[in-house]
Amino acid sequence: MGMTAAEKILAAHGGKETVKPGELVKAKVDLILGNDITAPVAIREFRKIGVDKVFDPERIVLVPDHFTPNKDIASAEQAKIMKEFAREQGITHYYEVGRMGIEHALLPELGLTLPGEIIIGADSHTCTYGALGALATGIGSTDMAAAMALGETWFKVPSTIKFVYRGELNPWVSGKDLILYTIGQIGVDGALYQSMEFTGPVIRSLSMDSRLAMCNMAIEAGAKAGIIEPDEITYQYLEGRAQREYRGLFSDGDAVYAQEIEFNVEEIEPQVAFPHLPENTRGISEVGEVALDQVVIGSCTNGRLEDLRIAAELLKNKKVHPRVRLIIIPGTQKIYQQAMKEGLMDIFIEAEGAVSTPTCGPCLGGHMGVLAKGERALATTNRNFVGRMGHPESEVYLSNPAVAAASAVTGKISAPEEVL
Amino acid sequence: MTLLHGKAWKFGDDVDTDVIIPARYLSTSDPEELAKHCMEDADPQFFSKIHPGDIMVARKNFGCGSSREHAPLAIKSAGISCVIADSFARIFYRNAINIGLPILESPEAAEAISEGDMVTVDLEKGLIKNETKGEKYYSAPFPEFMQEIISAGGLINYVKERLSEKS
Repeated sequence: MGMTAAEKILAAHGGKETVKPGELVKAKVDLILGNDITAPVAIREFRKIGVDKVFDPERIVLVPDHFTPNKDIASAEQAKIMKEFAREQGITHYYEVGRMGIEHALLPELGLTLPGEIIIGADSHTCTYGALGALATGIGSTDMAAAMALGETWFKVPSTIKFVYRGELNPWVSGKDLILYTIGQIGVDGALYQSMEFTGPVIRSLSMDSRLAMCNMAIEAGAKAGIIEPDEITYQYLEGRAQREYRGLFSDGDAVYAQEIEFNVEEIEPQVAFPHLPENTRGISEVGEVALDQVVIGSCTNGRLEDLRIAAELLKNKKVHPRVRLIIIPGTQKIYQQAMKEGLMDIFIEAEGAVSTPTCGPCLGGHMGVLAKGERALATTNRNFVGRMGHPESEVYLSNPAVAAASAVTGKISAPEEVL
Repeated sequence: MTLLHGKAWKFGDDVDTDVIIPARYLSTSDPEELAKHCMEDADPQFFSKIHPGDIMVARKNFGCGSSREHAPLAIKSAGISCVIADSFARIFYRNAINIGLPILESPEAAEAISEGDMVTVDLEKGLIKNETKGEKYYSAPFPEFMQEIISAGGLINYVKERLSEKS
């Protein structure tokens, strides 16, 4: 009986020939990630274990990105714990403000997340790296602490749902829309404890930035991981970037899936998720009148170069609606610089948008764009829970960068065509 | 025998980690501070209403969203003895076991228990008794490996034990 790519990766890291869904496996991990919210707790727990050194300082990545540049004294104290731990342990993959990026934009860009690897991160959106054919999943701080000591962790082998996308993409439809549509179909627990394998001709021609956006939101369907098998697009992306040798793993022809779901993407238009769950999706033509106070373009979902280019295309020679604040956050320093070189920053500033240094900031209501009571935002982020971006009586809608940019101009949720 | 006993506080589907502990409080990981804001956006009075030992009961996908361990920590340090739900989001599930917050999956109990019911839980047997309604429900037992973590008092103690066996 064949195995899925996810099962093969777990078997290879657990020293086993085969694994089956439901089985518990102790597996070696290739990379462990923590940020300024989760790593300080992990460090506190690590100290309790009674070992002096992490298993391998080259395999741990620490990124201060959530409340940084430090938003207040308490956050500064948390970030400091992480910085000092990195120095003490000789962790080279510590990325200070000015060198950092939003973790899930930064790590793939640096070539730290590779096909066939197991990556765990104390951040739920660690599943992003499935776009490169890795088995990547979010864990908590205590799991991170134990893995930093042992270099391994336990997994329950997930069963896999196969999602096959066919047809021609409609204009302005990106990876973000495919994943929002999928979550809308299966619900926020539609893939609970499972792995989502994205495949089919549409995925095979989808850009890496769009793939990363798709896998990023697998957690929003409750999944342990989202995974796309590596192909030419993956190898091109990794060329000159990969920091380690790697070997991609692929699903067998006779692999067993819990379910196979096929979508004709010609039926999918740009999607908008209404408050307060990512599953509350509607096609843009079904949205109606939704006036906005703020638009955010950025985050680990949609703060990559492709996203900024699309936003700039729609914002060129336009002005942000007088009632709206537009906040644009490039995912990494490199993306920021490239956007500058391409003239995208000029377009954003001339449109009267605010551009920020990389940070998760507004996505989780941390800083750099917190909502007041009754305010409404459209964001290219990943969650629209109650109070996610600020006051418990504020509202967050989710979309792709094209819809977000167009809506910043019109002042209400709008299709990109409306501003062209 | 571990018996937990308290009043039930009932919640619905998809209780997310931003509701359990909003990110605006994540600049600290002090359990006592987190406890004060537990479930604040769903019920601002929650922390002042509950008593030590009380039990949270919710429906499907409890703890969805972020990986913040601050969420089960906030619940545990608020004095909640146990969470019963139809199902749990997977990171929350791991985190709860790792930090020693008892959780039980029982759709039957999660449906039948009403807010204010007095509930007793026998963790080892997975037995949930509703004293108010005079009903009994069962939850599926944990896999053996997870029981080892639970009986060690959480993952850190479990790892310590493993490392001392090695040396």
